[in-house]
Amino acid sequence: MATVADLVHGQKGVIKEFSEHTLPIKLLELGCLPGNIVELVQVAPLKDPIYINLSGSHIAIRRSLARCIELDIIEDTSAI
Amino acid sequence: MSKNINVALIGNPNTGKTSVFNQLTGLKQKVGNYPGITVEKKEGICKLPRGVKAHILDLPGTYSLNTTSLDESVAVELLLNKNNKDYPDVAVVISDVENLKRNLLLFTQIKDLRIPTILAINMADRMSRKGITLDIAALEEKLDTKIALVSTRKGNGIDQLKQHIADYKSLSTKPNLDTTRIAPVYFGGLQKAFPNEDLYKLWLVITQDVNFMSIEKNRIEAATSFSLKSKEELKRLQHKETVLRYQFINNALKETYKVDFQNAKGFRGSIDKVLTHKVFGYLIFFAILLLIFQAIFDWSSYPMDYIDEQFAAGSEWLKNTLPPGVLTDLLAEGILAGIGGIVIFIPQIAFLFLFISLLEESGYMSRVVFLMDRLMRPFGLSGKSVVPLISGTACAIPAVMATRTIENWKERLITILVTPFTTCSARLPVYLILIALVIPEGSLLGLSYQALTLMLLYLIGFGMAIFSAMVLNKIMRIKSRSLFLVEMPTYRIPLFKNVAYTVLEKTKSFVFGAGKIILAISIVLWFLGSNGFSDDFHDAENIVNNRIEAQGLTTYSKNYIQNNISDYTTGLTAEHEGISQEAVQDSIQVRTADLIERAKAQEIASHKLEHSYIGYAGKAFEPLVRPLGYDWKIGIAVLTSFAAREVFVGTLATIYSVGSDEEETIKNRMAAELSPSGKPLFNLASGISLMLFYAFAMQCMSTLAIVKRETNSWKWPLLQLTFMSIFAYLTAMIAYQILS
Repeated sequence: MATVADLVHGQKGVIKEFSEHTLPIKLLELGCLPGNIVELVQVAPLKDPIYINLSGSHIAIRRSLARCIELDIIEDTSAI
Repeated sequence: MSKNINVALIGNPNTGKTSVFNQLTGLKQKVGNYPGITVEKKEGICKLPRGVKAHILDLPGTYSLNTTSLDESVAVELLLNKNNKDYPDVAVVISDVENLKRNLLLFTQIKDLRIPTILAINMADRMSRKGITLDIAALEEKLDTKIALVSTRKGNGIDQLKQHIADYKSLSTKPNLDTTRIAPVYFGGLQKAFPNEDLYKLWLVITQDVNFMSIEKNRIEAATSFSLKSKEELKRLQHKETVLRYQFINNALKETYKVDFQNAKGFRGSIDKVLTHKVFGYLIFFAILLLIFQAIFDWSSYPMDYIDEQFAAGSEWLKNTLPPGVLTDLLAEGILAGIGGIVIFIPQIAFLFLFISLLEESGYMSRVVFLMDRLMRPFGLSGKSVVPLISGTACAIPAVMATRTIENWKERLITILVTPFTTCSARLPVYLILIALVIPEGSLLGLSYQALTLMLLYLIGFGMAIFSAMVLNKIMRIKSRSLFLVEMPTYRIPLFKNVAYTVLEKTKSFVFGAGKIILAISIVLWFLGSNGFSDDFHDAENIVNNRIEAQGLTTYSKNYIQNNISDYTTGLTAEHEGISQEAVQDSIQVRTADLIERAKAQEIASHKLEHSYIGYAGKAFEPLVRPLGYDWKIGIAVLTSFAAREVFVGTLATIYSVGSDEEETIKNRMAAELSPSGKPLFNLASGISLMLFYAFAMQCMSTLAIVKRETNSWKWPLLQLTFMSIFAYLTAMIAYQILS
């Protein structure tokens, strides 16, 4: 199962349905909702944290949290 | 009709809320704290059309009414409490045009509290560059409110916002989202149990852990007709609420908000590539750090020297102008010296806040957090701990307050506990005078030993902070939710007005906050040093005069006179070429007589001090500091430093009965001081021992007080005090025993 932590530089994905307990409400409020698009913008020099564009919100989160957000990776970015 | 309109400004972080506040209020603003907590409270007055006045309250930035920190709960507490004197007649939600969707989440929450809510869309000047088009009229209809399109950078739209505020009575208070849609059965039951209450308010009372509402919460829990849900269920409902809100927002924005990505231009990506680069990112960060240090320690020395001179001159002037007496002494030596001790730190504090505010305003600080997080984590710290640790080099007080942004309690607590190890500006005068005394001149690879020692002391402080963080991380068993979330805002050129206000406010709060304590201590010190109970104290003049007649001046005074005269003679012959031998002798004779008088006065003063309250206290304290290589005078200076470190130099100045605070003079006096064994009292061993003691000891009452406030318990500051002091004592003792 792919998660936000699996994205490579510049790659995008669509967030899948997830169970309520795993993610903090704050993350949902910043736009982490099923169906929204996540893009990996930048990875910190030591691979962690990662810097993502979450449907317009530019935020940095740690890899441990990124691993909780499941998504479908969009292989062909030109289609979006 | 004279009632002011209460306006609350609320919005996400990084939306330019403070700029809107500054534009509305100008300089008519006041910064304080909310009662009992250290969250900053900013208020101001704004004149509206038709002579109406608005009282504007700038609430701490928050993403939603679901709070995760102390700062955020302030907003909720206010908006739920109609009896609060600041309860708003109208709320203004500040949004930034690029993140409108996310900002509207907070808007709908506040609107649902049935408070008239105006939407101010800020940074309108960026719209064309980002390819954004907005249909304001249609969006007003969808959101059921009035919208002001504002650009604080250009100063546009503020008048329109004021107009909307003045017309707040015509605004609709109908909610955006029907709360019962979240869970019809549950909310139906809730409404039945409390028919007179607003559903969304009840919902917030149930879900939020906010202080004052515990009574109301009890009421809800006590209602028999209605059962509370488990934590998981509540979270599920909050999730549902968020989804519903976004549905409403997406619907509202579908026709009204368009982004043409073809026209969108941004330099965020390219700047980020450089600033968070694995090599350049760190290089740039360290270059900026160097610049900050340069400013704090080099540039600010000019205004500091000037302030020092002015206060010395002022003290002299007071003594000469006012009739001599206790009151004059208190004014000149106690109060004025005390105020000088505070004012002297203003340049450093101002420089530090200038840089911090520039870094924050520009959006760079978030990148530093991003870069440093992984490096700090093995030590139990967070990327967000970097800001406090940097601020700590000026003063631990604002640094401890800056830890509030760290969401994880354990990381935050560790940061608070280790921050006082970083070398704050109060340690600097102590280091400077000791280095000048005991570290030889000379250089290694072009760097002087003295500069290297100072750098080493900074590294020791920082290293100790990191090391103790690691130890604390290992031994502390605190479970805490680890949420690390940093917004990476777009880069902006900082607004001069915002930066200037921040520097002004923070400096002011330092002067009046920490200043009070330093002032109080200097007065107490002065009193204890200039009063005594024994005959030795009251008859000091006779006793010393008799002794001098019988035994002559002390070796110390003789050395002092001799050194002074030989310097004087060299100076005299160098300046006046061909001066006659007789003239030199005459001049020296006058000078010697003068010096003997001064030495006498000094011996009387130091005899008095030795038998003052503080002298007896120091003598009692001496056995404790002897293993560290200190005598009773240094002991007193160390003891009084437990109130605040910078008192050290001032205390020694008083003890060595030097009239002014001029460091060169104190330095010479200290250099001439001998230990009972006849060697200089300040030698390499005792000097290093003192420096290490000051590097590690927790000698700052204000920091302890702020740690108590921020951790809400005496446990942590007392632990800090005990551990740091014992550690300082042991290292200082070991260093002295090895070196001597």
